[in-house]
Amino acid sequence: MKLDINGSVREVEATPDMPLLWVIRDVLGFTGTKFGCGMAQCGACTVHIDGDPVRACVTPISAVGARKVRTIEGLSTDGLHPVQRAWAEADVVQCGYCQSGQIMTTVALLAKKPDPTDSEIDAALSGNICRCGTYVRIREAVHLAAKLSRGGAK
Amino acid sequence: MTLTRRELLRSTAAGAAGLVVAFHVPLVARAAPRPAAPPLPTPNAFLRIGADDSVTVLLSHSEMGQGIWTGLAMLIAEELECDWAKVRCEHAPAAPVYAHPVFGIQMTGGSSTTWSEFDRYRNVGAMAKDMLVRAAAARWKVAPGGIGVASGMIRSGKNQASFGQLAEAAMKLTPPKAVKLKDPKDWKLIGTPTRRIDTPEKITGKAQFGIDVQFPGLRTAVVARPPAFGSKLVKFDGAAALKVPGVEQVVPTGNGVAVVAKHFWAAKLGRDALVIEWSAPEGGGVTTATQMAEFRETAKKPGMVVSEKGKIDAGLAAAKTKLEAVYEVPYLAHASMEPLNCAVKIENGACEIWTGTQFQTGDQGAAAQILGIKPDKVTIHTTFLGGGFGRRANPASDFVGEAVIIAKAAGVPVKVVWTREDDMRGGYYRPAYVHRIQAGLDDKGKPVAWDHVVVGQSILAGTPFEPMMVKHGVDATSVEGLAESPYLEGASALRVTLHSPKTPVTVLWWRSVGNTHTAFAMESMIDEAAHAAGQDPLAYRMELLKDKPRHAALLKLAADKAGWSTPPAAGRARGLAIHESFGSIVAQVAEISVEQGQIRVHHVTCAVDCGTAVNPMGIEAQIQGSIAFGLSAALHGKLTLDRGRVQESNFHDYQVLRMSEMPRVAVHVMASKAKMGGIGEPATAPIAPAIANAVFALTKQRLRTLPLRLA
Repeated sequence: MKLDINGSVREVEATPDMPLLWVIRDVLGFTGTKFGCGMAQCGACTVHIDGDPVRACVTPISAVGARKVRTIEGLSTDGLHPVQRAWAEADVVQCGYCQSGQIMTTVALLAKKPDPTDSEIDAALSGNICRCGTYVRIREAVHLAAKLSRGGAK
Repeated sequence: MTLTRRELLRSTAAGAAGLVVAFHVPLVARAAPRPAAPPLPTPNAFLRIGADDSVTVLLSHSEMGQGIWTGLAMLIAEELECDWAKVRCEHAPAAPVYAHPVFGIQMTGGSSTTWSEFDRYRNVGAMAKDMLVRAAAARWKVAPGGIGVASGMIRSGKNQASFGQLAEAAMKLTPPKAVKLKDPKDWKLIGTPTRRIDTPEKITGKAQFGIDVQFPGLRTAVVARPPAFGSKLVKFDGAAALKVPGVEQVVPTGNGVAVVAKHFWAAKLGRDALVIEWSAPEGGGVTTATQMAEFRETAKKPGMVVSEKGKIDAGLAAAKTKLEAVYEVPYLAHASMEPLNCAVKIENGACEIWTGTQFQTGDQGAAAQILGIKPDKVTIHTTFLGGGFGRRANPASDFVGEAVIIAKAAGVPVKVVWTREDDMRGGYYRPAYVHRIQAGLDDKGKPVAWDHVVVGQSILAGTPFEPMMVKHGVDATSVEGLAESPYLEGASALRVTLHSPKTPVTVLWWRSVGNTHTAFAMESMIDEAAHAAGQDPLAYRMELLKDKPRHAALLKLAADKAGWSTPPAAGRARGLAIHESFGSIVAQVAEISVEQGQIRVHHVTCAVDCGTAVNPMGIEAQIQGSIAFGLSAALHGKLTLDRGRVQESNFHDYQVLRMSEMPRVAVHVMASKAKMGGIGEPATAPIAPAIANAVFALTKQRLRTLPLRLA
């Protein structure tokens, strides 16, 4: 089976029902995408498929087809994507486990809504649980990322 | 160059390049007086300066989000005068030298890391600086007194060298017998808001958590554990599991069955295909409704005496007004985002463990015991923890011990991964509690008699902490914050007693431990007393706290910042609470409304007095996070048992706080010269009563059970 992930097409050995999450983590070794619940409740496994945020834990590999998958490892080579820069500036992370998912959801949000309101942020990110409670700083960081993105940074 | 910990230790032992600082602080209880002279050094490594000028701090504690990866490094850097941009951290291996300065074992918990390491880590920095200066003096043939150190550079006249250029020579020197630490007025880092140094790896997916450990030959196991507390494995048939592609072995674990496979997904499908017979739970198993009814019944009689003064019956009889209330809280799961996991490799009579643990010494000992080897043959690689909250500090070493048993039985390296359901139903919960309070008020409404009965399981019974922290049968964590409540100092009759019923449900500390229920009961009951006395809840508390200047100042600060004296917008109300725990005091004012029958928390204003504030930016983060954690319990958290089986399983039926429910939080850190307290937990406990008190102000409904549910 072939998988177009982070800009390269990889041959993967997996049964068709194997969730994309476990192909990414256990077959391809990209461990930045996290397992949190296995039933699309927590958002820790959020990746992009053709730019849309998707819960990899409930997406069978067979459903991906030729579409392009992007994980946190494919977001930037240097950690300097505007959303990552905003996360650093706002000092968001605590344990850090959910943050790949938070960041991937935010990147997808900003692609659709370049200047989201608080309620749009809440709506987009309420599927991403953070048990450390970094929500206040995530909100700040999303606004900051919107500003950085508008500034022409890529 | 990145050295692994093993390489580092080897290089340390062989005396390779790098500066290793040795020191030792004798075990002192927190309450005991500090030794007058600085501690004498013994050989240990807490700091390494590389030839490339890198400064690597070895953390004796675990980074689980609380920010010590930054805070402890700041302590060393403050005294070392290094370049902060060159500072890196690593978790230390498990070894006696990394024992907690107060608790005596290597562990992270009790909101104790910063205050307990405050002297030790600063001493390391100062000692290393002294050795660098002496090395420079020898090289330049000048007196050490004239040498200056700043931002990782050492200078004397025309001479200058970077730390890296002097590190090897400095390492060969004898560590100083005593060092002088900086005067607080000269601190440059301590007290300065500082961003985390673990951010780069945590925003790029590179941070390694236990679940991320991978190496050639490592297999993944998923385990079937008893479905009910008190039930046991009778027999199993693994034939169907072994037919799942990728499954390699099925091995019993003692009281469960592990499926070992090439990867998680195969192991999970294999686990689901196991045919297992479990015994019915002994005694029928715990059912929540029955248990809480029993606890309520038990609470009608006094238990083991925690604290007693005066004659309680006479005191209550003489009081002008008598109040009685029962408060209840359920079992709670920690529900860390990273489900439990542990990787184990056993080879040539030694064992390596990769896991996110808060309890290295215990886990090391447990693994050694299972394998019949010495603890020093067990290497623990502490990864980042995807949340700890107490669940990863288990004296029973459940998730580590089990993984060792499986790796031993399977004969291959194994990483055991728990599903969310396994994690939620796996026990070691915040215990369920019932509090029954009878309060007698005098003619001014002040509490003069207070009879308080607590019913709930002991966390410490049967653990190595029992001898230290269970006195006369009383588990200190069950009642913390009650007997010493500042509100009750003026009461002439006081009785606090405890019942610690035993059940098969396993329990553990959960962020802020006993305070999660004692603060709820105490701060709600004081609010009830204020209303019974017809007084403003703030004014009532201020009067009771008039001889407690820290409490009073903090409560006033929180109330002022929240605008207590001006009414909130229509449809909203405010409630407040103040609670001391882990050596810090936290006051909170919550502003709420009720929307479509649901409590909505809009703002929380929080004031904290934690003594010296090392990293105000980290303190703010911990308070925001603690409030979110406490809000999950206040609004949602509840585990329900039916004949020993936990009914909840995942985040759809065990709700935790989400972004849309997160209030605005304003944090005010009081400038304080008080003894340093903790910050990871103290802001968790006051939020539930602050909200319950606000709900009463808005609706006149007194909610005495968590999670809070409007009638």
